[in-house]
Amino acid sequence: MEMGSSLAHFAAGIGAGLAVIGGAAGNGRQAAPAMEGSARQPQVAGEIRTTMIIAAALIEGVTLFAEVVCILLALK
Amino acid sequence: MSVEQAAGHGPVEQGAGEPFNAGESIFHHIGDSGTLELPFVGEVHLPVLRLGPYHLAITKHVVMMWVACAIILALMWLATRRRSLVPKGIQTAMEMIVVFVRDELARKNIPQHADRFVPYLLSTFIFILICNLLGMFPYAATATGNIGVTAGLATMAFIMVQMAGIREHGFAGHFKNLVPHGVPVWLLPIMIPVEFLGLITKPFALCVRLFANMIAGHVVILALISLVFILKQAWVGFVLSVPFALFISSIELLVIFLQAYIFTMLASLFIGMSVHPSH
Repeated sequence: MEMGSSLAHFAAGIGAGLAVIGGAAGNGRQAAPAMEGSARQPQVAGEIRTTMIIAAALIEGVTLFAEVVCILLALK
Repeated sequence: MSVEQAAGHGPVEQGAGEPFNAGESIFHHIGDSGTLELPFVGEVHLPVLRLGPYHLAITKHVVMMWVACAIILALMWLATRRRSLVPKGIQTAMEMIVVFVRDELARKNIPQHADRFVPYLLSTFIFILICNLLGMFPYAATATGNIGVTAGLATMAFIMVQMAGIREHGFAGHFKNLVPHGVPVWLLPIMIPVEFLGLITKPFALCVRLFANMIAGHVVILALISLVFILKQAWVGFVLSVPFALFISSIELLVIFLQAYIFTMLASLFIGMSVHPSH
């Protein structure tokens, strides 16, 4: 495998890992207060869960943007 | 076979055929193609329509969208066949979806004339949902895992958002609303390009989000299944691939419903922002 291609694979692997770090940090930061909130006030747990899932999906969307870029790098 | 030999290093033994290429096989499965693989029938080559200089190829994903449309039509026909005030059977399920889209998505996010947009939002929601669900069936494909399909859906959303704003405020008024009122004049050279870019990036994000989410689950499942062929060990399938693929499949089911919801929710949110801009 020539140099450029292996560098692209290298970049794709590192990029995938970095994107996952970002996504995990984001999801963790919003899941922890949501759990705390629903533990303190169980009557609004359903509402908190819904808004948390929406935010999680948005964060995941951004992470997947990055993963798509990584796949494109690896395919080149 | 020993693990060292099986790991893919060194020459492949005679008679083994081509070495297994995980990437190629995964992208063959999630990509679009002109052939349809059917049970008992085998491969069916789909025709290419020639309209003058344009060649419109009917592909696997196009067929899957037709299947989704047929399923939706059948569902709607079944739901409205014997209508009654007290719903029964499939009518209950469809009414639940309709009321969910109307109350939770349209009325919550669009401040005025919300019911006007329910038909569009409902069609988008059910179409994306059925297309996504089709991807979980064997021999079928995810039409929403094709960036062309999601780009089409996002274009529809873009058109709806602009039409809603123009209908509410007039053509000039709608584009004047893009920039918040009361912004200092010297900020306008920055604000106008930024807001104009925001106009384009919103549907673009809708498009890529749905596409990436639908494709990611399939890539992970296929990569897990590929491990069996890469390592050439049967026990990998029992211990690793099938349990993990099952786990990812159940997450995928959650993502299917979530992405249909998110797409429709964001579309209604953007319509609401264009109907009732913040002053």
